[in-house]
Amino acid sequence: MTALVVLLRRELALAWGRGGGPLVALAFYACVATLLPLSAGAAPERLAAVAPGSAWLALALSSLLSLERLFERDYEDGALDLLALGPLPLEAVSAVKCLAQWISTGLPLAVFTPVAATALGANPSLIPLTFAAALLGGLGFSFVGGIGAALSLGSRRGGVLVAVIVLPLFAPPVIFGAGAIEAFAGGLNWAPGFLLLGAYCLAAVALGPFAMAAACRNALS
Amino acid sequence: MLISKVTIEGLALARGDRLLFKGLNLALEPGRAVALRGRNGAGKTSLLRAVAGMIAPLAGQIVFEGAQGPLEAEEARALGLHLMGHQDGLKPGRLARDELAFQACWCGGDEAGIARAMQALDLARIADLEVRKLSAGQRRRLALGRLIAAPRALWLLDEPFAPLDAEHRARFGELMTRHLDAGGLILAAAHDPLPIESDGLEISA
Repeated sequence: MTALVVLLRRELALAWGRGGGPLVALAFYACVATLLPLSAGAAPERLAAVAPGSAWLALALSSLLSLERLFERDYEDGALDLLALGPLPLEAVSAVKCLAQWISTGLPLAVFTPVAATALGANPSLIPLTFAAALLGGLGFSFVGGIGAALSLGSRRGGVLVAVIVLPLFAPPVIFGAGAIEAFAGGLNWAPGFLLLGAYCLAAVALGPFAMAAACRNALS
Repeated sequence: MLISKVTIEGLALARGDRLLFKGLNLALEPGRAVALRGRNGAGKTSLLRAVAGMIAPLAGQIVFEGAQGPLEAEEARALGLHLMGHQDGLKPGRLARDELAFQACWCGGDEAGIARAMQALDLARIADLEVRKLSAGQRRRLALGRLIAAPRALWLLDEPFAPLDAEHRARFGELMTRHLDAGGLILAAAHDPLPIESDGLEISA
C-alpha cells in the first residue's frame, strides 16, 4: 500500500514538473478548438452542430500528446529497471502510471472540454453530460494510450508510432461519447452511448495494465 | 535478509541469435562477493539482468534460497535484490533529495535508512541540487544510496565504480565489506579488481 502511494506521488510530481505538464495539453486543446472555426467557418449554426463532436476529437488528440512519454523516460534513464524490481508487479506499476496520467492531464482536460464545447456554440444544457463523458473517456484514453506507449518502447520516433497504434483504439470511446452527447442534444436516449463508453473504459482499466506490463517486460529483456 | 543463497546451474544466455555462454554454474553464499570478468560483450550485464529476472535464460536455472529453504523467484526478486546498472534511473528535473527518497521508499527503505545513506555516501552536500546539475559520479553516489537506505540481501552491480573518484571508490568499498559482513551477497561486473575480497568468475562463450 505504501509503495503504491510512493509511486503515485512520484508520478504526479513528474507529470507536473514536466515543463508545465497538463498546461501543454490544455494549450494544445485550446489551439485545436480555436482552429476549428477558422477552418470550418464561423457561422454559429454550423459550429453548434459540430461543437460536441469536435470537442471530443480535440480531447482525444490532447490526451495523446503527453502519453507518448509515459514509459519512455523511465525506460531511457533506467528507472524502469528499478520499477520492475519493486514490491509491486509491473501490472500495478502500469496502472498507477496511467492513473497519475489521468489525474494530472485527464482531469484538467475534462474540465476544459465542456468550456470549449460551449464556446464553440454547443447548448449549455450539455455541460454536465459533456463533463461526465470527458472524465470517463479520459480514463479510457490514458489506459488504452498506455498500451501504445509501452508497445513503442525502444523504437525510434516512438511518438508517431504511439499515435498510429493508439488512435484506432480511440475510435470506440469517441463514437460512444460523442454519440451520447448528440443523442442528449437531440432529445433522444443518451444512456446506451454513455454506458457503452463506461464499459469500454472499464475494460481498458481492467485489461490495459496486463498488456502494458507485458510490453514493458519485452522491452526490458 | 530475505535471500541467503543464490545458485545458478547450467545457465545459457543468448542475445538475439548469438549465444553468449552456456553451462555457467555459480553458488553465491552469504557474505561472499563474486566478480564477473570477461571481455566487452561477453555477457556480464546479461547475466546480471538474468539473475534479476529481466532476461529469460535459454537453458539452466537460477534458484534463490532463504533461511527457510527455496524462495519463489518472483518474490525474491521483488523484495530481496538491488540491481545497479549502467544507468542511474534518476530524473534530471527533480531534487536529489526527492529522487533518493523515492528510490529508497520504493525499495522498502525508511527515513532512518535515507539518513544513513546520506551520511555513508556523503550526499548531504548535493541533496538540494537538481539531478541535472550533478556530475556522473555524484549521480552514481545518489543512486547507490538506495542500496544503503533500503537493505536488501543481494546486490547486482554493473561497473559500479566506473564514474566514482578514488575517495568514493574506497568509501563504497567499505560499504560493500560491511554489507558482506552482515551476511549480504554481491555479484559484480567490474573490469578493475574489486576493492574487497572476492571470487572471480570468467565469462566466455
